[in-house]
Amino acid sequence: MIRRLHSSLPGILIAFVGLIMIIFGIYRGEMSVVLQKAINICMECIGIG
Amino acid sequence: MDKRKNINNWKRHRIQALWALLTNSYLLGFIQGKIYKGRLKNLCVPGLNCYSCPGAVASCPIGAMQSVIGNWNFKFAFYIAGFLIFIGALVGRFACGWLCPFGLIQDLLNKIPFPKKIKTFRGDKLLRKLKYIILAIFVIILPMFLVDILGQGAPYFCKLICPAGTLEGGLPLVLLNKSMHSALGWLYTWKNTILIITVLLSIIIYRPFCKYICPLGAIYSVFNPISVFRYRIDKEACINCGKCANVCEMQIDPVKNVNHPECIHCGACKKACPVKAIN
Repeated sequence: MIRRLHSSLPGILIAFVGLIMIIFGIYRGEMSVVLQKAINICMECIGIG
Repeated sequence: MDKRKNINNWKRHRIQALWALLTNSYLLGFIQGKIYKGRLKNLCVPGLNCYSCPGAVASCPIGAMQSVIGNWNFKFAFYIAGFLIFIGALVGRFACGWLCPFGLIQDLLNKIPFPKKIKTFRGDKLLRKLKYIILAIFVIILPMFLVDILGQGAPYFCKLICPAGTLEGGLPLVLLNKSMHSALGWLYTWKNTILIITVLLSIIIYRPFCKYICPLGAIYSVFNPISVFRYRIDKEACINCGKCANVCEMQIDPVKNVNHPECIHCGACKKACPVKAIN
């Protein structure tokens, strides 16, 4: 069990870094850019724009 | 092909289908030819699922990443990069195998009988590196540097390559909105050509888009060897029978590298192992 936890440690630490980045991104206001793009039809994505 | 392998695959396909339905549950969109505009679209799904799909209730991480990188105000997407790192570090390419609607479509297409299915070919391994180049050029570099007069970059992967966007967004929206017909041009033809090629290749080759093109798979693949939930092989129990390598549709030998970057955690090797050495 301890050995398995030890081998998972890099993954847990990197997931934590990811979590910090998510929070920082939200703090910077990136979420609103995502929302604005996603709630309007993306003309490029569908092959028109 | 043994019967047991098929039964196991269908169990996974049911979960894939359920997830695809859940993340594309805005069914009104398919009737009205519109897309969901709610706050859930602040969030991303772990798989490739176009946010312009009429049913999509959340955002595509690759599309979202390009839109933030291409935004004159940000230039780096901490929110999306963090999300992909978080998912990758926890489950690696499990998201590809179990939670990607476009992966499910390719899985199902590959079930269509064809006289000569291609498992591997000369240059297969080298071609698998292409997805990393596509990630670097079309998802990061071009949206960051090829900008308009306002400093805005376009989502070049979505625009020039992504067949998931054409299938999930382009086709239904164009079919349901006559006003869009007049705007169709070379780009729509180009994207539909890519989609047709992807569909045809998916019948012959298992998941060609995931193997060679998908930038999302490229990101998750980096985390496969260190992800928290990954396969472990009991070398002492392994009898080197080769059954795991034989059933692997991604052409990996789990005995050599059980968490190979190409592994999508479909579980076929685990189920094929006669001595339960993979867990």
